[in-house]
Amino acid sequence: MKVTVDEEKCCGAGQCVLLAPDVFDQREDDGIVVLLDAAPSEELHATVREAAAVCPAAAIDVDESA
Amino acid sequence: MSQGDVQQTLSYPIPSEAALEPPAEWARLRQKCPVAKVQLPSGDEAKLVTRYDDVKQVLADPRFTRQLTADDAARLTDSESGGVFNSEMSKIIPDHGEGHLRWRRLVGKWFTAKRMAALRPQMAAIAEQLIDEMVERGQPADLKASLGFPLPVYVICDMLGVPADDRDRFSRWSDMLLNLTRYTGEESTAAQVEFFTYMSGHVAAKRAEPGDDLLSELIKQSAVEGEGLSDMELLATGIGLLVAGHETTANMIGKMVSMLLADRTRWEALLADPSLVRTAVEESLRFDANSGFGLPRYLPEEAEVGGTVLPRGTTVICNMAAANRDDGAFENAGEMDLRRSPNPHLAFGSGAHSCLGQSLARTELQVVLEVLLRRLPTLELAVPVDDLQRVEGLIVGGLREVPVRW
Repeated sequence: MKVTVDEEKCCGAGQCVLLAPDVFDQREDDGIVVLLDAAPSEELHATVREAAAVCPAAAIDVDESA
Repeated sequence: MSQGDVQQTLSYPIPSEAALEPPAEWARLRQKCPVAKVQLPSGDEAKLVTRYDDVKQVLADPRFTRQLTADDAARLTDSESGGVFNSEMSKIIPDHGEGHLRWRRLVGKWFTAKRMAALRPQMAAIAEQLIDEMVERGQPADLKASLGFPLPVYVICDMLGVPADDRDRFSRWSDMLLNLTRYTGEESTAAQVEFFTYMSGHVAAKRAEPGDDLLSELIKQSAVEGEGLSDMELLATGIGLLVAGHETTANMIGKMVSMLLADRTRWEALLADPSLVRTAVEESLRFDANSGFGLPRYLPEEAEVGGTVLPRGTTVICNMAAANRDDGAFENAGEMDLRRSPNPHLAFGSGAHSCLGQSLARTELQVVLEVLLRRLPTLELAVPVDDLQRVEGLIVGGLREVPVRW
């Protein structure tokens, strides 16, 4: 799995950080997403998919083939 | 309304017969009339969207603006002040483009998930204290007045650096500012003036003597960057956050607990497995059929939604609660499934303007539920579900009372 984030789209809702704090964080100065782990391990895949699905700005992309 | 009336102008908001249930019209509108003509309390006409995809598109599409103060935009109410969406205050915070982005990012840093998580112990302590007081007063009790209403005010007053003594005045102002029909325009305007005067004094006090709060931090940054927020912007920010952060969460606490107790197997499932709290909160947000007015948008140019071309000058009302019950988007949308995941509901809106305080709201709801499950596992509704009554006239939907025993 390969995860990418779009900082331009991000609206700082923080859903991804609440769900998968090992994969996503928010910048201290404006709350915009920071990707901590672009290739999360297997056990995190479900929550990462969920984070992508519920992101209100559709700023998270998950490539399952990678 | 009979089957054949769908094309006629509906009065909006659409009343529901049962407090926790959606109006029957929603399903019909989604199916047969996804872009419906409605008449607002002001008498002005607007278009109502109820399908998940349409609501999501309108909320995220920048052509559908928040310029509800435009000359030909529908007025929501007939009061002169026009309520919270078309008030003068709503013009102060930039609503689009670079200005909005700057404001959103300056304020957004206060609402990161981590900051909210750090507030958990404080929130839990407030919840414990309020529950203690409720238990002391004896049963049955009104969970809304005892817990739902005070908790978010205490939390947001702390964030704004507002002294504890003023919390109750804040609740009242917030209630009045959001009201569409329960108070007269005059009363609502008087509340706006009082609130405005108080907040002006509060911003001035924070400029003179900064504290460890959101306003002080924003002021400090203005000084550093030289392009921070003006006094008016600070004022509007403070008022906006209180109005946005109080009544919404206050009512949601009452509705969430009511929905979970309405079918007590839900409450028992949570007692058996408290790890369901997170998904149960999301499902409560999705399942809430009484979320209020919805979000209005104004079209300064022609645009298409749900296969209908809307002319420039159209006001569109997005009903997120109806969208959240769309079977096209959620499997068994009419069932409350405490394990539902993922749950991309639209309770907080969508896109660049989705709720700034959603991490705060989620954290508050999760904490309240955790503490209630732990402290009052025998909690139950003290009246039949059918006796629960909706509050009328609010932009934010809620229940009048949530009578409980334990």
